[in-house]
Amino acid sequence: MQLDVDIRKVLRSGKRTFHLNVRFNASSQRIVIIGPSGAGKSLTLKAIAGLMTPDSGHIRLGGRTLLDVQAGINLAPQARHVAYLFQDYALFPHLNVRQNVGFGLAHGWFNPHERDRHATVDQWLDAFHLSVLAQQFPHQLSGGQRQRVALARALVSQPQALLLDEPFAALDPALRGQMRGELDALQRRLQVPMVLITHDPQDARVFGEQVVQLHDGAVHDAFEAEELSA
Amino acid sequence: MDAAWAALSLSLKVAGWATTINLILGVAVGYALARLRFPGRDLLDTLLTLPMVMPPTVLGYYLLVLMGRRSWIGAWLYDGFGINIIFTWQGAVIAASIVAFPLVFKPARAAFEAVDGQLEQAARVLGISELGIFFRVTLPLAWRGILAGVLLAFARALGEFGATLMVAGSIPGKTQTLSIAVYEAVQAGQDDVANTLVLITSAVCVVVLMAAGRLAPGRIANR
Repeated sequence: MQLDVDIRKVLRSGKRTFHLNVRFNASSQRIVIIGPSGAGKSLTLKAIAGLMTPDSGHIRLGGRTLLDVQAGINLAPQARHVAYLFQDYALFPHLNVRQNVGFGLAHGWFNPHERDRHATVDQWLDAFHLSVLAQQFPHQLSGGQRQRVALARALVSQPQALLLDEPFAALDPALRGQMRGELDALQRRLQVPMVLITHDPQDARVFGEQVVQLHDGAVHDAFEAEELSA
Repeated sequence: MDAAWAALSLSLKVAGWATTINLILGVAVGYALARLRFPGRDLLDTLLTLPMVMPPTVLGYYLLVLMGRRSWIGAWLYDGFGINIIFTWQGAVIAASIVAFPLVFKPARAAFEAVDGQLEQAARVLGISELGIFFRVTLPLAWRGILAGVLLAFARALGEFGATLMVAGSIPGKTQTLSIAVYEAVQAGQDDVANTLVLITSAVCVVVLMAAGRLAPGRIANR
């Protein structure tokens, strides 16, 4: 998948200003953006999803122009067909697991009923070993289970790319390794292109076919995975 | 006794209408104040909160001046549509709505502000329209806080006295609500009527407060 990012944004909070000036061109199924906190990783990922609008620049994903400020193109998040895995998963607290997973499949004004069955949802619940938890609510789940629900919810509508914001940061170290393995296997099985942001070099070693290094709002370096392990 | 039940049913009718109006307007204004940034937002919030602290008679006077036939709005309503607000039960509804309005929009604003914006973003990325997000994520998560405010507003509207008396007067069977009937009964030395009315009012208020307490945000199961 081709990901072409060239964005600029100035953020002010109080007296501090932060300049985001990110420019990279990646072509791989597994892209990792790595950098310390405050480097602008989350902002970059949010810009790709349409949750943050840059002041200028463009974003192209798999041949589609998601954003081109100069040409006046700015697709709504709803129209970008990407999935976003939030750091703390952002599961809907008032909906059970089944309703959370099926959320994106129902487009009306109301949520599907607690017991509404949907073949696609069932299939994803099965694939993520969530069937027995279908009636549970997010606050009743463990960290790993929450992540599985969030992944299933993200993938159920067959997005063109999966964006992951520090997917393992909220997990304890033992679970982290296991979930890394699960995500690795899942991505290989589904072949869904992914963009993952992290501050953990281990994530880059496992997922980084291509690695973009951010520092202070700008691209520090971009390289292939082989160089990282060398 | 018939007069007491007439007063109670009128009070319930006025409070019911006032609550319905406030439910719609209060939720809309609370949401707008929570989400929109515009100049004068704080001033608007203050103005809308005024009925909570201003003497109801002062509010009633404002309404009289605004909606009396000699006023611009009042003349327009009367000449154009034959509508007269003053000394009608509809006037009592307007008075009760304004007095109780802060009790709805304030908790509604707080409830909307407490909804995690990330959940709305998550819904956005999942392809849900903005209206769908409001009804499927924002409103369900803010609902309990709003409902507690709505019940308090109902109780407040039920007990409205000052502004209602100014605007709607005290016409038995037409605009004489429960709390005004109590005042009239005491003035007329009808202690037995006053006793009945007071007991009815107290019972209704206790029921409403208990319902509001069960719905207060602190009592929500943590989910």
